[in-house]
Parts: sequence; C-alpha cells; structure tokens
Amino acid sequence: MLATFPGMTGTTAGAAPEATRRPPRGRGTELGLLVLAVLLPVYGYCAVGLAKNGTLPPGAAGHGAGLGAFALLAHLVVRRRAPYADPLLLPIAVLLNGLGLVLLFRLDLETPEHRAAPAQLVWSTVGIVLFLAVLLLLRDHRVLRRYAHLSVCAALALMLAPVFFPAVNGARIWIRAGGLSLQPGEFAKVLLAVFFAAHLAAGQQALVHTGRRLGPLRLPTGRVLGPVLTVWLLSVTVLVLERDLGTSLLFFGLFVVLLYAATGRIGWIAAGLLLASAGAWLVGRYEPHVHARITEWLHPFASIEAGEGPGQLAQSLFAFGAGGATGTGLGLGHSVLIGFAAKSDFILATAGEELGLAGLSALLLLYALLVERAYRAGLGLRDAFGRLLATAFAAVLALQVFVIAGGVTGLIPLTGMPMPFLAQGGSSVVTNWVIVALLIRMSDSARRPRTAADTTTGTTADTAAETAADTAAETAADATADTTAAGNTAPGPAPATTAKGTPEAAPAPRPLAAHAEQDAP
Amino acid sequence: MTRYIRRVALCCLLPLLALLVNAGRLQLVEAGSLEANSANRRAGIERYQQPRGEILVAGRGITGSKDTGENLRYERTYREGPLYAPVTGFDSQTYGSSLLESAEDAVLSGTDPALAPFGSLAALAGADPGRSPGGRVFTTLDPAAQRAAFEGLGDRKGAVAALDPSTGRVLALVSTPSYDPGVLSGTSASVGRSWKRLEADRDQPMLNRAVRGTYPPGSTFKVVTAAAALDAGLVRDLDAPTRSPDPYRLPGTDRLLGNEARGCRNASLRYAFAWSCNTVFARLGVRTGLPAMSRTAGHFGFDDASLRIPFPVAPSTFDTGMDRAQLAMSAIGQFDTRATPLQMAMVAGAVAAGGAVKPPYLVDKVTTGEGRTVRRTAGARARQAMTPATARRLAELMTTAVEEGSGRKARIPGATVGGKTGTAQHGVANSGTPYAWFVSWAQSEAGDAPPVAVAVVVEDAAADRAEISGGGSAAPIARAVMEAALGR
Repeated sequence: MLATFPGMTGTTAGAAPEATRRPPRGRGTELGLLVLAVLLPVYGYCAVGLAKNGTLPPGAAGHGAGLGAFALLAHLVVRRRAPYADPLLLPIAVLLNGLGLVLLFRLDLETPEHRAAPAQLVWSTVGIVLFLAVLLLLRDHRVLRRYAHLSVCAALALMLAPVFFPAVNGARIWIRAGGLSLQPGEFAKVLLAVFFAAHLAAGQQALVHTGRRLGPLRLPTGRVLGPVLTVWLLSVTVLVLERDLGTSLLFFGLFVVLLYAATGRIGWIAAGLLLASAGAWLVGRYEPHVHARITEWLHPFASIEAGEGPGQLAQSLFAFGAGGATGTGLGLGHSVLIGFAAKSDFILATAGEELGLAGLSALLLLYALLVERAYRAGLGLRDAFGRLLATAFAAVLALQVFVIAGGVTGLIPLTGMPMPFLAQGGSSVVTNWVIVALLIRMSDSARRPRTAADTTTGTTADTAAETAADTAAETAADATADTTAAGNTAPGPAPATTAKGTPEAAPAPRPLAAHAEQDAP
Repeated sequence: MTRYIRRVALCCLLPLLALLVNAGRLQLVEAGSLEANSANRRAGIERYQQPRGEILVAGRGITGSKDTGENLRYERTYREGPLYAPVTGFDSQTYGSSLLESAEDAVLSGTDPALAPFGSLAALAGADPGRSPGGRVFTTLDPAAQRAAFEGLGDRKGAVAALDPSTGRVLALVSTPSYDPGVLSGTSASVGRSWKRLEADRDQPMLNRAVRGTYPPGSTFKVVTAAAALDAGLVRDLDAPTRSPDPYRLPGTDRLLGNEARGCRNASLRYAFAWSCNTVFARLGVRTGLPAMSRTAGHFGFDDASLRIPFPVAPSTFDTGMDRAQLAMSAIGQFDTRATPLQMAMVAGAVAAGGAVKPPYLVDKVTTGEGRTVRRTAGARARQAMTPATARRLAELMTTAVEEGSGRKARIPGATVGGKTGTAQHGVANSGTPYAWFVSWAQSEAGDAPPVAVAVVVEDAAADRAEISGGGSAAPIARAVMEAALGR
C-alpha cells in the first residue's frame, strides 16, 4: 500500500520535515485513501441517480461533503490521538459505510414509502461520533480489562432485555422504545469480547499449565474455565431462547477462537466443534424456524416446484446470477424482488447483482483486509489482553461476514445477521464503528515506537507487571520457533518479537528495541 | 500466543476462499440456469421495461402500450380488441402471449438483432446487440374486409378467412365469438379472473377458428375432388351426363348414399357441382382413386403441418389410408377429412389463380420503431395444385354454382364470382348441428382490383337445422367480405 501511494506519504514528509527521522506513521496514506473512500460512494450515488432518473441525484454534493467532513474529522482525531494507527482501518470503514449508504439509497428508490438511508445516515453519524469519543477518551486499551466484569454483566443484561419485547419475524432480538428499535446483541458482541479477552488473558497461565490430565486432554481447573463456560452457556441459552441463531453461532465461534488463541489446545477446539455440531444438529432438527432455514438451504428452489413462487434464498441466488462477472450497474438490477430484508440481511445480493462478481469480490477482499489488519494489530501488541481483544474483533468480523455472505449465496444455511457496515441496522453500524475505533487504538499502541517514556508513562505499574507475566508465560508455552517465525513478519515499527523474550519491565532490552526502530523501514 | 493467533488468521483464509469460489460458481457457472429459471422475474421485467412495438393494419396501429409504472411496466392495449384478436392474440404479463404477439415477439419486444443498427452483423459475429426499441409489424389485413367478416358473423359462432390468391396476402382473419385481449394485460386480480372466465367459456373465445379450428369441409371439398378428377381426365365435357346412380351404394358396403338435391342421377358435372350432388362426387372420388386424390389434396395444402403465417396453422387432413367406401365419403368432405377455413380459402383461391397455391402470409413488413424496414415478406414460391386448364374449367363450374346454383346469395354486380356451398354433418351419427360452409372467389370485371378468395364457416347452434346451409347463412358473409376486398 505504501508503495502504491508514494506521493501521499511524500506529502506527509513535506508537511512535517522532522518526520524524516521518525518511522513512517502512514497518516498521509490514510488521508489519500480516505479521499478515495469518499469519492467512490459519491460516484456510486451519481451512478444510481443517472441510472434511475437520468439526472445526478440532488443530494450527491451534500452527501459527498458530509461524508468527506466526517472522514476528515475522524482522520484529524486519529492523527492527533493515535498517530501510529494502521492507516488502512479508517479508510476501509469509511468506504464500506459509504457503499452501504449508496446501496440503501439505491434500494430506497424502489420502496419510496419505506426509506432506510436517512436513518442509516443518522446511525452512521452516531457511530462516527462514538468512534471519535472512544479515541478521545480511551488513551490505552488496557484500561478496558478493568471493566471485564462490568462488561459481562452489561452484556448479559443487554442480551436478556429483548426477551421482554415482542418477537419480530420469529426472532426476539429487538428492543423497541419510542420510534427506535435496537439490537442489543450487537453491543453485547463488543462487551463479551472484552470479557473473554480479559478473563482468558488473566487465566492464561493457569489454563495452560494446571489441571488434570485425562489421556491426551488436559482438563482445566474449574476455577479458571468455570466462569467463562458459564457465561458462554448462558449467552447461548439466551440466544436460542431468542431464536437468533446467527449471533449464537458468532459468540460460540468467538469463544472457541479465543480459547485456542490463549491456550493453543487443539483438543478443546475439537471438543468445542463437536459440541457445536451436536447442538446445531439438535436445533436444526427440533427447532422449526431453524429447520425451515436448513431445508431452504438444501432445496432453494423447492417452493418454485411446489408452485408457491421463489423463496427469499432463491430470489437472492437469482440476483447473484443476474450480476454475472461485471454486474448490471448500480441502479439497474432487480434485487428488490427479494422483498423483506433486501436492505438488511440480503444487502450483499444487491451488491452481487449490480456490481457483479468483480464488485462482490472487491467487497469481500475489503473485509478480508479489515480482518487482516485487526489480526496484525493483535500480533503487534505485547499484552495478552490486547492481543486477544484484537483477535476477538478480527474473528467476530470474519465470522460475521462468512456467516451472512455464505448464507445469502447458498454456501451455508442462512442465519439472519447484518453485513458489517453495509446492511441496514443502526446497532450494527454503531457497534462496528466502536470496534474500528478500538482497533485503531490498539494498532496505534502496536505500531508506536517504544521509548523509555512510553513504557513508564503509558502503563501503570500493575499492568506492566501483568504484561510481564503474560509474556513470560507465553515464552514458556510457545516453542522457540515461534520467535523466529514472528521475526520475519512485522514490517511495522513495532518489534514485538524482539521485545518478547524478556519482561518489558526489565531495563536490558530497551537499547535492543531502539535499535530495531531505527532499522524499521 | 503469537503462533496461535497467526494460525487463527490463516484459518480465516479458508472461508474467504470458499466465499469467493462460491460467488464465482453462482455468478459465472450457474448464472445462465438461474436466469432461465421460470420463477426469475428479471426476464419479464426487462421485457416490459419499454413500450411494446405496434401491430398495424393498413398503416394504422391497432395496438398500444400503457405505462403502469409498476414492476412489469408497460401493458398492452388494443384499439379494437375483439375485431383483431384472431390476428394479434394477446400479450399478457401473467399468461404470456399468443398468435402474432407471440410469433413476432422478438420484433415487438425489441430483441430481434436486426432492429439494432448493424445488429445483423453483430449477431453474425456472435455478439448480442441487446434490446432495441420495439419494432413495428405491418399486417396484410384489409380493415374493410376484416370488419365485413366480423359484422357478417355477428353473434353467431364461426370463422372467416380471406386472402389475395395472386400473392397469398391474408386480407381477413376473423373468429367469433371473440374477446378483448386487453383484459389479459397486466398482473392484477382482474386479469386472473378474465383468464379463468375465457378458459371456462364453452364457446372458446380464445380459439382462433380461422386457423386453429378444423372442420369437416363437407361439400366445399368437392372443389378438390373435381380438380383431381379433371386433372386425371375422368371428365372431358362438363355438360356430359355422368353415369351416376342415385342413390349410390358405397363400394364394398350395403350403405346407400343419397342426395339433398334433386336430379342428380346421371347429372352432368356442371349440374352436380352447382346443386351439390353427393352421389356424383362420391363416385368420382372413388374413380379418381386414393393416390391421385391425396396427391391433389396435398398440393392444395392438406396434411402440411409446417404452414406458418407467421403463427402456426393447424394442419388440415386428408386421410391416406382409406378403403373405397371411406374414400367415397372423403370425396364429399366427410369421414375424417378436416380443414381449417384458411385452408379452404386457399382451395378457392387456387381456382382463381390458375391452379397456383400461394402460401398465405399475414405480415407484410417489419420496421424499426423509427420506420427503417427490417424485412419484407416476399411470399413463398407458388405450388401448382392443378393444371391451368383444370383451373379454368373449375372456375366455370364455380361461377355456375353462384349464378344459377346453391350460391346465388354471393353474386356481386360487376364482378365474376365463383363459389361452392357446403353443409357438413358432424358429431356422433351426425347428430351435431351441421356446419354451414361457403368458399368463393371474386374477380373484378374491370380488373381494377386483385382477386379475393374467401372461406366462411358458421357453426350455428341456435338456428333451425333446416335453415343451416352454406348458401343461406355463409354465402352472404362471403359476399360482404369480397365486396369489401374489391373496394365496393
């Protein structure tokens, strides 16, 4: 990416002459990419207007200006408060959010009485405001681990709340108050990730090294695994009660991934997958709502043969098929035939039809890039909590994209879930902006050059001690090969692997770290 | 921990790959079959996205398009629906299309590559030039003849086909009772109700009797029998008495065939034709023999399932595997001989055109929406059904039948008119109400108009059985149509 925009990195250097001595922070790249990320949706708006009405939509300029203003504001805040953050995160988020608004604007033209774009615009604004708030208020992600128990209580409360509200389309996942409807499960995603990461990071050593052996398996002590399992079971039970299988799957996946990342115990993953398969089989067999979804997945065209017309999945497949390689062009497809949920769960079908395989692949790769940057942020961090949290967000995004994209393309049974940033849904957009903000915060500390001042002021005594314990435990757990393997990645200025061998609190490695900084490209 | 996170990250590549491969399968490999799925409404949406091209009669459009602003946007309208329904057919968002709307759909809906500039070249090169604005289809119909036929039939059940035998241009194509095809345009509930009502109607208003109804031709088939006999040289003098008994015993059976007319014993061919003596023609058919009879019938167009005008015409049939008694009955248009009104108009027309049968056609030319002619029907090569000499003598017989015989109601001052009446028995043991037939041709004596040939069939269930006769019910309609076609 840096090679692609040499001029942009150059402008940073020109604007700040002292930058020549500092490692590149990528803020110029970010700005350049942001311009693209704003222009592309504006272009999309114009294409929709021209295709549908033959004129440029009257709001195009205002829309572009608004999106641009927000992007610029976000960029300035990132530049000031997270100067070393990964330059790809913000542009990807802006681009996906902008494209989502274009798709909703386009679909609104087919259903003028039910417009989704204006509300989505408001929610996007709320999301960006929260994004700014997180960056301004949260100076260090490690602060979050103090609120692990508060998080889990809040998460459970949020997940329980919809039980007291009427079910919508078979799923009890909504809270309705006034004209607003919220999906608290979305917010719970972030809170649960924080809790899992904090708890697993704290108990990592115990998880790996204590417990009874049972054949090839090493059973963890109940004290360590107990709370996690309980919380997980509770959340899954609540979700099955609420019939929101997608989110349930997401939490389960998140839990398994984090457990593996924290312990490396493949046996537990196998056990988890086995449990999940058994659960899925049971639910698929005895829960009519889910059973219907599985039947539809296996035979998407059965309803046509039965003379009842095409179902939603069949309509979605038709839409993808109509797109072909290059798509019909924005505004020229008929994905609105999907009907209900065309703007939320099935938004990808519109992208597939009007942007074609090319556009769809580009979108999927954008998500892949976002996930990759999240993992990279995690790998660059030195504290176990941060690593696990970044991994959690990466896994949540990846799982969510896979579950919903796979669902609407007939790869796996369909479970209702919003496509991050693209789909209609305020809770989802807001949550995703918060996740991006946290990722930016974490990538900032991952890529920040480590100086003596940084270590002493940035971390409190207790967290430093914890980190030291984490890394020590990890070094013991990981093979030495890990260190060498990690050494040849990390192109950024964060020499995590070099610093890893010894506790951070010790003064000895600091010159080493400083040396690595100067070597960084 | 780094190693495990790295592994988790690598594991994420697998679903990404699966998603991309699945998207490729869906959008590249299966796109065609998904598009072709009958439940996929995209083809319909695209098809109705633009106004449909017009169908014209004598340069005036008889169809239109209404913008509903709905998903299947433009709906078909018809200016004089019932009058032209047997020609246009319908074009429905719900039930597809029929007749000309179906046969010329590529032009009307704009998918015909020839409509696009250099479209034919593009199509040759294998490229799809895409959808053009709907083209215009000019028919060969004569609006006056069409209206005369429609009003002549009135509320009786029947059909009329008229054509110009010198070219094959179809001048009138009417079937009654008719219907307004416009009621089938669109997707509303009333469309479904109309369809059900039309389908359930015992009079079958959507059946185009002129080209899809096959009737026993009765005595009008005697034109074919006479042509075969004259060509075979069995009769040299039209006025010489034939040695025909009355009643005639069907060969190989004990069944006796009688006559409605008088004076048929040993009647001359001229008399037998003018007054429709069954005995004379049954015997003549047997003497001509099955091979010659079926050959002549085939030349007239019987047993030809490939005729398109451009929509398909039901084949008229003349059985080729009969014994002599069956042949005798077939020679007078009974047994399992069947003919469409259009086929019988072709028979009459061949007599007027010196024995040549020009395949009929309904579409004169096709132009783009702006008027560039895309193709013009040249008319296929004529087929000789009988020698010109036979045609001349047959014309004489038919003229006599109109001037002195059973077809007097078809006479037109200032025109030479030849005709043949028919009353066809049908049903189990001939219990059904007979069909009244009249086939005829007319030529202006002044030579100022092309000739016209007409076939009229009236299945009049309401009338008294005795009243049904080709000469009584059908001939006046034929006259009105011929007068209109000759411009009188």
